[in-house]
Amino acid sequence: MKCQHCEKPATFHITELTDDVPEELHLCEEHARAYLMQADLKEDDVPSIAGALAQHLKINEAAEQLAKLDQQACPLCGITFYEFRHVGRLGCPHDYICFEDEIDPIISNIHSATAHVGKKPRGAAEGTDKRTELIRLRREMEQAIQVEDYEKASNLRDQIAGIEES
Amino acid sequence: MFLDELVGNGGEWLKGTGPESDIVISSRIRLARNLSEFPFVRKCSDSDKSAIESRVAEFINQDSKWSDPVCYHRVDEMNDLDRQFLVERRLISRELAESNGARSVLIDAGEKFSVMINEEDHLRIQAVQSGLDLTETWHRINAIDDFVDSCLHYAFHPRFGYLTACPTNVGTGMRVSVMLHLPALVMTRELEKVFRSLQKINLAVRGLYGEGSEAMGDFYQISNQITLGKSEVELVQQVNEVIPVMIEYERKARDFLLRESRDELSDRISRAHGILQNAKTISSEETMHLLSSIRLGVNLGLIEVDLPTLNRLFLQTQPAHLQKMVGGRLEIADRNIQRALYLKKSFNIDEN
Repeated sequence: MKCQHCEKPATFHITELTDDVPEELHLCEEHARAYLMQADLKEDDVPSIAGALAQHLKINEAAEQLAKLDQQACPLCGITFYEFRHVGRLGCPHDYICFEDEIDPIISNIHSATAHVGKKPRGAAEGTDKRTELIRLRREMEQAIQVEDYEKASNLRDQIAGIEES
Repeated sequence: MFLDELVGNGGEWLKGTGPESDIVISSRIRLARNLSEFPFVRKCSDSDKSAIESRVAEFINQDSKWSDPVCYHRVDEMNDLDRQFLVERRLISRELAESNGARSVLIDAGEKFSVMINEEDHLRIQAVQSGLDLTETWHRINAIDDFVDSCLHYAFHPRFGYLTACPTNVGTGMRVSVMLHLPALVMTRELEKVFRSLQKINLAVRGLYGEGSEAMGDFYQISNQITLGKSEVELVQQVNEVIPVMIEYERKARDFLLRESRDELSDRISRAHGILQNAKTISSEETMHLLSSIRLGVNLGLIEVDLPTLNRLFLQTQPAHLQKMVGGRLEIADRNIQRALYLKKSFNIDEN
């Protein structure tokens, strides 16, 4: 893909989350830098995911690091970091854990805070890890059914039922 | 309860009662919630969406669980007109109306709360109240949330709070918003200035139908921008604190108009009344614009029109409401004629 502003290849794919519809930008390093610097200057605007990432990764190293980061995928729902940046929406609750290091600065930039205060659900103490595991199990079960591995599918079904009832 | 039964009445938020209701239309709070065991909606397979829909419905679609009667509608099985009708009443979002796959909404008979299933998040719970009363709205939605929490497992992170598909909603998952009618600030062109100062204190301003909608009929919603790092009560307080200031600004602008240009203002309101009573064809935008002038006139004592009737007209002259009232689909040109007829009838009944 080419940069929106010149003929160079687009190595930065930025999704702005400030409006209702996410705005996508595809830029070369040079134009990305110009864009991000400009974004930093607009203080009144809602902090953007792009701005937060720019602060997190030093711009000069960003292209390479980002490319590596983009390939990382959540083991439960399968969303890649690239896809998250592209659409501005996460894939499942576990993404907050598996992309924690990357999401942390984004969250702190958006909310000017890093920790929740306020209401907690009844199961807050035991955590939700066991139940999010169901996302992976269901995905694997669907895959097993597709390749007609019914024994595996049936085992998975039992595991799922076990967790669902707990 | 069938949707058609709702057509004739104005809905909780446009009732026009409650504290400061000449300026404050309604108080609304929504909570974004997700179940821990499914991907967020955008990454759901069709079977995931169906599973979420039936799992949630199993618990919440029961009259015995609620103090008021409720009705449950599958949005994916509805026709376009009914979807748009619910959007106009603000019982569902445009996003829920326009997305695909299994999705639904639970509405209480008094339209004081609704629960959307499979919108951007698995659950979007909203409570609404006529006039300014965010504290009461919070108590009500908190109780609804406790009930849903007792049936299902919410996705929650010890540090990030309630987990949402978009990181802009994480933490409390809560949006507190107050809808205001600000015609005088619009006329005196002071609104921009006021809104800019609100943005500086992390409050957002949106039009009548949320993000991206233009401010129809001079209605504006003021809501919290951030959702993490402040408790629910603090978020309510943050919005609560600024509303009296907004009310004060609007009242000052109204006083200014009365003092400096009473004749002009009075003329404008009477003309608006004249057009609404006599037009043969009229668009929804023009109607909203003129109704807004009349609403201002009533509140300033410059014209006598029954306020509940007026509030209802804001809703009933919108496209889907109008089509449901005449009993079928209409092209735009025919809608504009029917709208004019309906307005004429409503204003004349009011005067007899």
